Amino acid sequence: MNAVPPPATLKSAMPADSQLDVLSCTTAAPAAGPAIIQSERGQRAVFCGLTGIVWLHRKIQDAFFLVVGSRTCAHLIQSAAGVMIFAEPRFATAIIDERDLAGIADINDELDRVVNRLIERRPDLKLLFLVGSCPSEVIKIDLSRAALRLSRDLMPNVRVLAYSGSGIETTFTQGEDACLASLVPGLAAETAAAPKSLMVVGALADAVEDQFRRLFADMGIAHVSFLPARHAADMPSIGPNTRYLLAQPFLTDTARALEERGAVRLCAPFPLGAEGTTEWLAAAAAEFGVAPDRFEAVTDAPRQRAERSVARYHERLSTKRIFFFPDSQLEVPMARFLSRELGMQLVEVGTPYLHRQHLAGELAMLPSSTLIVEGQDVDQQLDRCRAAKPDLVVCGLGLANPLEAEGIATKWSIELVFTPVQGYEQAGDLAELFARPFVRKQLLSPMLEDASCS
Amino acid sequence: MQLTVWTYEGPPHVGAMRIATGMKGMHYVLHAPQGDTYADLLFTMIERRDQRPPVTYTTFQARDLGGDTAELFQSAVRDAYERFRPQAMIVGASCTAELIQDDPGGLSSALNLPIPVIPLELPSYQKKENWGAAETFYRIVRVLAGPSAPAPGASRPERAAGARPSCNLLGPTALGFRHRDDVTEITRLLDRLGVTVNVVAPMGASPADIARLGEADFNIVLYPEIALPAANWLQKTFGQPLVKTTPIGVGATRAFVTEVARIAGIDAAPFLAEESSRLPWYSRSVDSTYLTNKRVFVFGDATHAIAIADLAANELGLKVVGLGTYSREFAREVREAAARHGVEALISDDYLEVEAKIAEQHPELVLGTQMERHIAKRLGVPCAVISAPVHVQDFPARYSPQMGFEGANVLFDTLVHPLMMGLEEHLLHMFKGDFEFKDGIAPSHLRGEGSRQPEPQAETQVERQAESAEAAIVVANDHPAKLSAATVATWTQDAEKELRKIPFFVRGKARRNTELFANENHVAVITVETLYDAKAHFGR
Repeated sequence: MNAVPPPATLKSAMPADSQLDVLSCTTAAPAAGPAIIQSERGQRAVFCGLTGIVWLHRKIQDAFFLVVGSRTCAHLIQSAAGVMIFAEPRFATAIIDERDLAGIADINDELDRVVNRLIERRPDLKLLFLVGSCPSEVIKIDLSRAALRLSRDLMPNVRVLAYSGSGIETTFTQGEDACLASLVPGLAAETAAAPKSLMVVGALADAVEDQFRRLFADMGIAHVSFLPARHAADMPSIGPNTRYLLAQPFLTDTARALEERGAVRLCAPFPLGAEGTTEWLAAAAAEFGVAPDRFEAVTDAPRQRAERSVARYHERLSTKRIFFFPDSQLEVPMARFLSRELGMQLVEVGTPYLHRQHLAGELAMLPSSTLIVEGQDVDQQLDRCRAAKPDLVVCGLGLANPLEAEGIATKWSIELVFTPVQGYEQAGDLAELFARPFVRKQLLSPMLEDASCS
Repeated sequence: MQLTVWTYEGPPHVGAMRIATGMKGMHYVLHAPQGDTYADLLFTMIERRDQRPPVTYTTFQARDLGGDTAELFQSAVRDAYERFRPQAMIVGASCTAELIQDDPGGLSSALNLPIPVIPLELPSYQKKENWGAAETFYRIVRVLAGPSAPAPGASRPERAAGARPSCNLLGPTALGFRHRDDVTEITRLLDRLGVTVNVVAPMGASPADIARLGEADFNIVLYPEIALPAANWLQKTFGQPLVKTTPIGVGATRAFVTEVARIAGIDAAPFLAEESSRLPWYSRSVDSTYLTNKRVFVFGDATHAIAIADLAANELGLKVVGLGTYSREFAREVREAAARHGVEALISDDYLEVEAKIAEQHPELVLGTQMERHIAKRLGVPCAVISAPVHVQDFPARYSPQMGFEGANVLFDTLVHPLMMGLEEHLLHMFKGDFEFKDGIAPSHLRGEGSRQPEPQAETQVERQAESAEAAIVVANDHPAKLSAATVATWTQDAEKELRKIPFFVRGKARRNTELFANENHVAVITVETLYDAKAHFGR
């Protein structure tokens, strides 16, 4: 009848405010923005961290993700993202069954057997992640130890790491955070004698990564790396002269792990939209002593290009009222972009967690009295949403069609995670994603609304 | 612990969701962590439902585990009742909540809600989606229809003179493979036959409808995977006979009509004389002769796999070279069906094993689920989807039943469409060197798909992919002996060249047969002669 106590490993997973001060920030801005921040508890309608596997397995091209979990986990990954397009994915689930639970089978032997079968089938793998799930956390399978043991057996061909993507600890994009954090202890160490280097942290589309690489090179920043790298062998090295820029707003644990290795975070808003990208690049430029005219010369043309391509959607989106359901933690930077560069009005910005320090720059740029709701009670939120009658709702896949059927236009939040949207060249694409529901509504005959049946 | 690349079925609580979501006035409170809410999108995205599934999740987190998750569950039940005011509720736990051993049934009955609250015990680490759906439906039927059960031993009252016989259609759910259209087709068929449908359940039924299941004269089990336990209980409790024939294919539909008529006490002859499908003539017409003995591998849930294999063999003249199911609960039925086709049944929910078996059989057509579609794509074999698990494409906008006479029409098209058309196949055989007949080419009516392949390399690529996939699978499954290629005769250059003249989609089979022949006859070097000797030996 009684719940088991939480496993000891869970404690660090929640970004409690008290832990924020561990994160150093060179230009720590006061966290108190003009926004109104409320928190809410109740039923959540969000993915768990396992979902991150869907993009991470494409990003790190010689990595495999083995979820140690239940049939539900396997079903989630294969159906949630509609990933059945990949006939041979680099992820799988080791499904725990009753023999494992009853102790008839030794879990570690079973895991070794499954991993060996996998490695046999995919001899090209270089990096294997054992990914913890809700059941594996609750029954306390120690995947970190299993990873050490398996690594010992399989090195140097395959390195084995472990992280948790469980839904009792992680929400959606926090799975990427946990994955990247697990990579950090294994990064090669640099000494204090190493030249100052820049690390961009957070999975980005390859094309976006290449654009940023070019921009940094043109500014004269010589040593630039990206975490995660596209191949296991190319992961960056780290040391006291590493400066890092977060490319994604959800990397709490990764940031902490990087700082434990001596890296220093550069405070910046996130590279969404012309303005966000400029500020983000400027943070690196300032740290690396790039002369203002050089910065100007490098960024001027792409910034103007971004502004022009965003402006194309201004008329369609300005004054439109937008409501965010919590999903990816990208909500606050997205809201900042939409309000400042497209003139949209923010009705409510829901976010699963709000990392006040990483988002300090973003919060300061929001219009005053923006309502930010951290956490979720989905039914209450739906009530507020219906009452507010926004022009556009950003929400998860479970809510989108039902809201559309009620006549409320939606944008799937998962598309914002899966589409390359960062940087100058993608700013117009990002705006277009929000404009598309309106364009579509205009294209479709109004007759369709009356004639709909399902 | 089982290594799973793809799963055929979700966990049992997803089966329960399929029941609740199909019904009206039912609500499901599921003790589950937040990640489990992904299941909503199966219904809103894959099936394009315009409402959220009627499911409340407790979405407990790690920090709740030290506290009172039981209280969390109770408040979720209370809030769900207040907000949704359902006629009845089902309550249960998903895999993670099962481990923390709160007692959803006991906790909710302590709330004394003024509606029936039906507890579900769905063991997540043993059972799967279809079992979960069947168990849920059975529990709901017992609780809601039970109170109107006649006294034990009481006989069913006679049907009033002149009244039409009535039946219930049992088994269709949300997210079912073509359930929506099957129900329409069978309801129309029954109506023309003179039988009234009392209740369709669970799809479209309210708890009040479930309560009057006993009023029908008999039950039709459309999908045994879901409805059989409930139908058996109704038979025992209300004395309602069961119709178990699955009306997929012309022959099975006619048998179904005959069985229904017998149980309903009506004459099926006039109906059968009038109603039919285009399938029989389409299949007899000469342009279908190219289908003769084409090798087909069938895999799916038991109901669809058995029915489609029979249809493929008896109504299209294909040769069933493999028949299998992931529904272990119906292994016996599938084994019997496989014996009819002279093959050994494959009972497995291991995608990798199914992949290996398909590669081993060199089918010319695969009829399976979305998983087998991937396998077939890898092997370069045409494929049609005939069973769940489903994909958004399996909910077509058009009317597309599998059952009844219209279902047979749909199936004729579905099964034949992926294949080369008859004369096209002949021409490809004859003029392989023609520059426009590049090897690895898709059927001309599927041009769009074919043109996506890089054509110049298509020949070797497709074949190599197929062959290397096969090798990989065999290695992975620890029976390399099955693949004779590794150990036997070597090919002369001429023989290798001659082999290339055989169209790619049968080349694998030709290679295999030749090597098998060489092996059996102790031929060390395969020449052009050996190739044709083998061809003569194996026939087609």
